[in-house]
Amino acid sequence: MSSDSTVSAGGAMKRNRRMKLPAPNALVGSTLIAILLAAAGTGALWTPYDPLKLSFREKLVAPSALHWLGTDEFGRDVLSRLMAGAATSVWISILTVTLAVVMGTAIGLVSGYLRGWADRVIMAFNDALLAFPGILLALGLLAVLGANKYGIIVALGIAYTPSVARVVRGTVLSLREREFIAASRVMGNGEGFTMLRHILPNCIAPLTVLATSMFGYVLLAESALSFLGLGVPPPAPTWGNMLAGSRPYIDQAAWLGIFPGLAISLTLLGINLLGDALRDRLDPRMRGAR
Amino acid sequence: MTTTAPLLDVAHLTLTIGTGGRRVVDDVSFQVFPGEIVGIVGESGSGKTLAARAVMGFVPPAVRLAGGSIRFEGQDVMAMSGKELRAMRGAKVGMVFQEPMTSLNPSMLIGRQLDEGLALHRRLDASARRALILDMLKRVGLRDPEGALDSYPHQFSGGMRQRIMLASVMLLKPALLLADEPTTALDAVVQRDVMELMVELTQANDTAVLLISHDLGMVARYCSRIVVMCRGEVVEQGTAEDILARPQHPYTRKLLAAMPQRLPARFLPQGETPIVAVRDLVVDYPGRQGFFRRSAPKRALHGISIDVQPGEVVAVVGGSGSGKTTLGQSIAGLVKPAGGEILFNGKPIAKSDTAYWDYRLNCQMVFQDPYSSLDPRMTIRQLVGEPLRLVEDMDTSARQARIAEVLAEVGLSDGFAERFPHELSGGQRQRVAIARAIVRRPSFVIADEPVSALDVTVRAQVLALFDELQKKHGFSCLFISHDLGVVEQVADRVVVMQDGRIVEEGPRDAIFDAPRHPYTRKLLSAVPGLEATGDGGVRLFWRLGEGEAKAPA
Amino acid sequence: MFRFALTRIGMALPTLLIVAVSVFVLIRLIPGDPAQLMLGDLATPASLADLRARLGLDQSLPVQFGIWFGNVLTGDFGQSISSQQAVLPLILQRFAVSAQIVLVAVFLASLFAVPAGVVAAWKQDSALDIGLVGAATLLLSIPTFWLGLLLLLFFGLKLGWLPVVGYVSIADDWKAGLLYLVMPILTLFLHEMGVILRMARASTLEVLRLDYITHARAKGLSESAVLWRHAFKNAFGPTWTLIGLVLGNLLGGIAVVETVFTIPGLGRLLVDAIFARDYPVIQGCMLFVAFTYVLVNLVIDLCYPIFDPRVAAQ
Repeated sequence: MSSDSTVSAGGAMKRNRRMKLPAPNALVGSTLIAILLAAAGTGALWTPYDPLKLSFREKLVAPSALHWLGTDEFGRDVLSRLMAGAATSVWISILTVTLAVVMGTAIGLVSGYLRGWADRVIMAFNDALLAFPGILLALGLLAVLGANKYGIIVALGIAYTPSVARVVRGTVLSLREREFIAASRVMGNGEGFTMLRHILPNCIAPLTVLATSMFGYVLLAESALSFLGLGVPPPAPTWGNMLAGSRPYIDQAAWLGIFPGLAISLTLLGINLLGDALRDRLDPRMRGAR
Repeated sequence: MTTTAPLLDVAHLTLTIGTGGRRVVDDVSFQVFPGEIVGIVGESGSGKTLAARAVMGFVPPAVRLAGGSIRFEGQDVMAMSGKELRAMRGAKVGMVFQEPMTSLNPSMLIGRQLDEGLALHRRLDASARRALILDMLKRVGLRDPEGALDSYPHQFSGGMRQRIMLASVMLLKPALLLADEPTTALDAVVQRDVMELMVELTQANDTAVLLISHDLGMVARYCSRIVVMCRGEVVEQGTAEDILARPQHPYTRKLLAAMPQRLPARFLPQGETPIVAVRDLVVDYPGRQGFFRRSAPKRALHGISIDVQPGEVVAVVGGSGSGKTTLGQSIAGLVKPAGGEILFNGKPIAKSDTAYWDYRLNCQMVFQDPYSSLDPRMTIRQLVGEPLRLVEDMDTSARQARIAEVLAEVGLSDGFAERFPHELSGGQRQRVAIARAIVRRPSFVIADEPVSALDVTVRAQVLALFDELQKKHGFSCLFISHDLGVVEQVADRVVVMQDGRIVEEGPRDAIFDAPRHPYTRKLLSAVPGLEATGDGGVRLFWRLGEGEAKAPA
Repeated sequence: MFRFALTRIGMALPTLLIVAVSVFVLIRLIPGDPAQLMLGDLATPASLADLRARLGLDQSLPVQFGIWFGNVLTGDFGQSISSQQAVLPLILQRFAVSAQIVLVAVFLASLFAVPAGVVAAWKQDSALDIGLVGAATLLLSIPTFWLGLLLLLFFGLKLGWLPVVGYVSIADDWKAGLLYLVMPILTLFLHEMGVILRMARASTLEVLRLDYITHARAKGLSESAVLWRHAFKNAFGPTWTLIGLVLGNLLGGIAVVETVFTIPGLGRLLVDAIFARDYPVIQGCMLFVAFTYVLVNLVIDLCYPIFDPRVAAQ
């Protein structure tokens, strides 16, 4: 029995998986996200004008050559504020998602690993937190923590942890049924080693998909909270509080309400499209090459 | 019979897929005459399923007709309008699917699903339809037809669902029945019952059958003519007898040679101590966790005792629910027994740490599903090398040398070491699984259905590999399988299990030639045996005579 | 089925208990004397002492929880610091306002989005499908507070068709009341259409891949019969669950829409209470919304066997 016949046995899967052209939604999504990150990155370091500088002479100037997106009721340049707001929002969202992912993964791993009554107790608490829908839990936590940049990160981070924990636990439980986990134990590996070496790395793919969409939810939540006045307090700009501030002037200076909202919408659109493309890409591969 | 026009005439059918125009069905021609049973045999990738589905006009959107025609009762199927197709489907051509678990709508009552086709194609009132349905359900062997009407599919077992499927299709008395792997997902005993039922119903209604299968044995048993397909082409076709006795094409010969055969029994020196001895092993499934209380645990193994001598291959056979997989898992240490003990080299493994660890290092396992037994994120080198981590006194260079050695032994050349599992075929992955199992040179290997998920020709290669390795290294093996043909080829001794108990055991020849227990006899009579006829052909025969009594539904 | 219902209800009870404990603990995390916090500026030594006795502040924490929860179960949610009103009736009144908007919006959105999603899945990759998915993605990317603001700008200020501020209850004057509700409902309707359509489409695509769909076609059924008689019911399950989630999300998230349109709803009550440090109201709102959400999900779960009988068999 020669090696040649074995190599060709059974119709090997395509070795060179031809790189498919990225789907249109991935392209558009990535472009939008790239713009956002560029704006945020730039905004953290430099803006055309100082976003906080007041100038009563230039109050409520419509979009023009000097101020591309106009100025607000205090004469502050809208474009600069948008860029600075981008930086703030992105930074807050990244920290929040990181917090939620770290805490949620730890809880989900432990719960999925222990199983039995410990798992049920942990999940009972987890589900109770999930019983607070949407931003309700964040609102409640903000009432206690106080509304500021760090309060939002902690409040939203805690609010999103239960969903991450659920997803990770689900992944862990389904991975446990896979034969390579049994193989690891038969080989002599301890349960802890099996968790870290085999289960955790295989959680990365679903976590990536989750983190992407979560980034979008957090960004939206932060904007909503700032809009309500419970987020980043003015004068520091964030898209949400810029929208809130635009309300009294909406009749005379519509641009104040349009640009911040447009920025949020395009960002979320980009995240959604990218998330879709990611899910399409990762899913068939996770199911294995059949 | 041959002067009548063919019912189904497939001529030079060519189907391509994707923008590249790859031919998945290439110049395929065959015919089915009224009332006859024709089989299409092929492995995965042969195009047989696609060709069969095209007969009913089920062509996935990515597939294009590049040439040829399919004529049913003289009409070109590919040129039919939607209305004509719908008139044909169900009433003239019926289809039975492979997976009984997913072929019935889970949220619709059985009665309604069966009534649908009838109401569509026949002009009968509701009570007449109901009468027909009840009658057909009784004919397929359902004990409570009225109750079945108001039940959901999930309340029935796989075999029952397949019978209901047959009932649903045969109600309309189609002229042609397409059966796509109809019994592959079923137990051996149930398989035979369902096939016999299908043949009985189709012959009673003068329905022709196009049977698609990878199982040459089953096809040869029931079909008058066979079409052999490989990689989209028809390589050979003819009467069943001709194909089996005088195969012409190399692929057909390869297919026949791959069918498991009995090899002469080996003589093994009988030692004093069995390498693994299982004594009165008892395993329970935990009860279901309800909210307030657990239901009573179910006993999976009722005190099993087995001995495996050094160098011996002991096969464990049984249907689903027999407990054979649980047995393998508990001997491997994956499931904790509720009673009994396991001895390795005469020493109970539960008694001391050294005894347990000694066993752990020496007992390895090969799993069934090549798609799930390898960590998708590790390279082949990492996968095969992982067990070596626990071997003392082995430095890195020694480990790498062993990995290379083992990969060569299983026939995977150097280039494979850096690849990932998803880049390999099923057969190649199973070789990796075997490499991983023997990398520590264990003295005992448990193989749980190691070839069941593989194509027939690949199966033969992997079994040959396994046999070669076993002879070379001399490890003992507990070989678990539901496939009697495979067991006949590999086993020295056979243990037959049913409902968590051993019903019979003995040397391979004794079990296969003179079985005593009724369950063993039932198992053996469900699967045909093969005999080589010398010039590359084979002859099928039913063990225990053709007139073996049918099992009740 | 009965066992299934009992199990589901049984599973909800510990959740409700932990929710209550969480709300209780959350407010207690605020530094300061709880009685002082509850009474705010209007505290007098006498009223403080009285409240301390009633809340049992001299006793252990679990006992205090017991007293508090016992009150809750009898409908006593305390008194608002800002308005001196009893909290529960206040919540219920505001809830009625929010609920009418949310329920109408989600109902209408489902009515249109579910069939649209199913049809999009049926005609996968056609121009219709791409258009619908694109529109849905666009709609769900637009935050409700901005969408509301745009509608307000256009229909309210520029065109003057609909009122810009204020609120009139339908119970008092149904014609005027309706006008005030149109824009908030429209805002939520458009947003949830996007969410629901995508889910309906995704689950229909999953179902259409399955064997029993091919089997139905093999019987000779027309495409629309296959779609609506076989695929739809099985595909609806996940969408049904999603509707429950959406309703829950809106119970919390409607605050932003109420702010844009100055509607005196439950969301606005909570936000105002947070600004005013009106702890009894904050506590009451959180408890009420969470409990309602658990109830909504329970109902959703109990209806699930209609779409997938297999769940009840477990």
